[in-house]
This record gives sequence, C-alpha cells and structure tokens, in this order.
Amino acid sequence: MNGRDTNWGANSTRERAASHDRAVELRDRDAELLEELLAGNHRALARVITKIEERTPGYRGIVSTLYDHAGDAAVIGVTGAPGAGKSTLVDKLAAAYRERGDTVGVVAVDPSSPYTGGAVLGDRIRMASNVGDMDVFFRSMSARGQLGGLSTATADAVTALDAFGKDVVMIETVGAGQSEVDVVRTADTVAVLVQPESGDDVQTLKAGILEIGDVFVVNKADMDGAERTLAELEEMVHRREGPTAGLDAGHHGVGVPNHPNDDGSEGEADDERDASVDDAVDAWTPAVLATVAEAGDGIDELIGAFDAHGEFLRESGELSETRRRRYAEEIRTLVRADVGAIASQAIERHGGIEALAARVEHKEADPYGLAAEIVDPIAACVEDCDEPGESGESDEPNEPDEQ
Amino acid sequence: MSVEGAERTIRCLVAKVGLDGHDRGAHVIARAFRDAGFEVVYSGLHRAPEDIVQAAVQEDVDVLGISILSGAHNTLVPKVIEGLEEYGAFEDTLILVGGIVPDDDVKELKELGVAEVFGPGTPMKETIEFVRNNVPERE
Repeated sequence: MNGRDTNWGANSTRERAASHDRAVELRDRDAELLEELLAGNHRALARVITKIEERTPGYRGIVSTLYDHAGDAAVIGVTGAPGAGKSTLVDKLAAAYRERGDTVGVVAVDPSSPYTGGAVLGDRIRMASNVGDMDVFFRSMSARGQLGGLSTATADAVTALDAFGKDVVMIETVGAGQSEVDVVRTADTVAVLVQPESGDDVQTLKAGILEIGDVFVVNKADMDGAERTLAELEEMVHRREGPTAGLDAGHHGVGVPNHPNDDGSEGEADDERDASVDDAVDAWTPAVLATVAEAGDGIDELIGAFDAHGEFLRESGELSETRRRRYAEEIRTLVRADVGAIASQAIERHGGIEALAARVEHKEADPYGLAAEIVDPIAACVEDCDEPGESGESDEPNEPDEQ
Repeated sequence: MSVEGAERTIRCLVAKVGLDGHDRGAHVIARAFRDAGFEVVYSGLHRAPEDIVQAAVQEDVDVLGISILSGAHNTLVPKVIEGLEEYGAFEDTLILVGGIVPDDDVKELKELGVAEVFGPGTPMKETIEFVRNNVPERE
C-alpha cells in the first residue's frame, strides 16, 4: 500500500515538474555529460537515457543537442505477441551484426504494473550471446504511465544511441496496444514476429500490425504449422499491396528464403512477381521470412531483408518521408503533452480535479461547463498572444468574452 | 536534496553471479521490488562478474542486488566492484548482497563497499525500506 501511494505521487509530480521545464538550453553539467557521451563513455550514455526516461529537468536541452549528432543509424523495430521470441531474435540479430563489425544499441520496452508502477524487465535474460560485449548497448525501459510519452521517450533514447555512434539500433516491444505500436513506428524498418499455428493471430494482425510491418518473420519455424502461417502471411502481404505491386527486383533474393513450403506458395507469388517487375521502385512489398532464433537459423537472411529495406528507403526517397512523418508525430506529441501540462496547472488553480469532480457529483456543475470554465481563458490567451499569421487555432470556441 | 531525486523511479538490477543455480530468492526479491514500485532488471542465472557490470552500467541502476548462495562471494563480489569502479559507476550504486554469508565475511564485504548483507529470513519489508532510505542521490 505504501509503495502504491508513493508511486502515484511520484508519477503525478513528475508530470508537473516536466511542465515547468520546457527549456531547451543546455545546462553546463549536461554539456559535460554530452561531451562524454559523444566521446564514447558508456556510463554517460546510460545516464543520458535515464534523464530522458525520467524527464529530468534539462533533458530537453540534451535531446535537442543530440539531434545534431544523430541520423546515421539504421533503426529497426521488432514487435510481436508475447512469447513469439522477440528477445531471443534480437539477441541473435545483435550477435550477427557484431560479427560483421557493426555496433548495436537495443531498447527493450516492457510493460509496467499500472498499480504500483513497478516492473520486472526480463528481456535482458535472453541477451546471452552478447554478454560482456560492451559494443552491444542493451537498455530496458518500462512503459511507465506517461501520457503518450512512451514513444517520445523511446525515440529520444534511440536518438541518444544513434548520436553515441551505434550503427544499428533495435527497438523491441510487445505488439499489443496502441502505445507499443506507436513505439515501434518510430523505427525506419519494422519487423513483425508471428508464431506458427497462430491462424487467428494472423487474422487479428490484419487489423493493426499488418500495416506497420516491413518484414514479417515466422519465428520458431521448426514447429508444426509454420508453412501454413508463412503461406497465409504471403497471401496477406500480396493482397495488401494490390495487384500492381509485387516483390520488386531490389530484394527478390531475400524475399522468400528456403522455408519448407517453397513449393506450396511459390506458384501464386510467382505470378505477381512477373507482373510487376516494372513497378520495382515504387513500393515495398513486405518480405516474409522464416527463422528459428533459438538455433540461429534464418538470421542472416533476415538481416539481408533489413538491409534491402534500408536500401529501398534511401533509394526511393521513402527514408526522408518516414523520418518526416516521425518528426511530425514527435512535434505533435510534445506540443500535446506541454499543453496538457498547462491544462493540469489550470485544473489545480480551479481547486484541483477532486474538488471539481465533487461539484459535479453534488449537481453544482457538469463536466462540460467546468471544462469550458477552465479552457476558455487559455483559449483567449492563445488568441491574444499568437502571431497574426497563425490561423491554426481560429476554430476555437468563440465565447472567450464570457470569462 | 533535490525534489526530483526523491521521487524518481528506483531502478534495480537483481543479479545471480557464478555457478550457483538457486534463483528462488532472486525471483522473490525481484517480485517484491516490483510490487514496491521499483523497476527491476533481472540478469538471469550463471552470470560472470563482467556481465553484471555491463548490465549495471548500461541499465544505469541505482541498486545492485547480488544473490549468492554458493559461498563464492569473496571472489565474485570484489570483481563486480572493481568493474563498477572502472566505469565510474561504483560511487552511486547501492550494492546489496543476499544469501548465506558468514559474519566475518560480512564485515569484509562491507569494507569493500557493500552497503548491506541480507541473510535468510530477512523480512522483505526490511530490505525494501533499506533501499528506499539508502538509494544514492543524483545531482
């Protein structure tokens, strides 16, 4: 009980603390820390990520500066249902990248308890292939109850790893829930892991995760039903792209690895391939691959698919598109969070949320009326203060004079 | 003391070092820490001291809890501490040892920089309180 109380308190205070500190100037002590990070100090990198995670006052100055040094890493998101083998796969991928000389950063996001805020972050257990190798920087993060802030915190941590000089940064997260999907969308390339015999899962995938997958991986492909799942995914992937898009010339080599059902699924895939060679550069058709992460099977092919997608992004101009979309989302999230913080302060000034709720309960007011009472003065300020050129807010409620 | 320092989420690494495969205690502690609102990274079994150092540095933990039931604490713990010093992480990491440690060794471990040693039967509350009261401050 004690723990719960202190943590609730902690969370709310953190939000409030953050609201006071939107400054993007770099503090002296943080500048030192940044210098150490850029010089390759692991401890400094770890500290910076903690500051990002904690929203420590001054972290914005750090991240702003990090942006100047980031942008070179290939950012890969790995998502999938619990137990699909994400951690094991990420471990093997990291080892394979290391083998070819790349340095690797990993951000693994685990859920935290909504009641205590506590979490057991277990992804590290699976990182058996890379223990003792400091050039694999593995960081666990918990999905703390941050208002839409998880994806921002993750993206900022990725920026830190990128600026540190990592060649590849992987984000690993459970593919359940919008916030996790948002997290993985901050990656350039997204791999979705599917378990064999998950026919129903494939159905549900269609709804959410299918849209974000650049590469689909049937892991544990030595299990029964792997062929069927592969075939189903192939079919879905091609249907999603429509009749004009097929496997483009750029990555046919890795599109379909030697998984056991080559014979079964080839026929239909071939037709589309032939029909669409000319559209090669226009669209990316997600690759579907089979892996057995435990045994290391299919890892090289998977990395090949990541490379192919990276190349596609660069050559087609999609990369800048993808990154622009991400920056837009970051700006939007930040502005919303900051405005939300201002709103929280306004609620405090009106007596606090508890008191306001009690007024509704006693029929002295209603939620809409109270919301208007709190927001109208803010809206009035926005209209007064904004530059004349700004017209984005013009559709605000038009009765600020009442207040 | 800074306000933020008192309120940030406490991060812990619960580590099993060496060849001893008894991890029930580590699991119980990890869960109790989680329920207390801490973020707990669990190392898994059979880690070498340098693996523990790597994890503690990268995860930037406030608390490192080392569980040793094999009796090898006198060789393993100093190696972990040396490693933390090498990365400049010793000063602000609260190091705890859990397991069966003879009294004489407890004294020695504390001289090395272990904050406390918790033997069998220590109430969970006591350990959690100790962490809350002794977690190193930052800036």
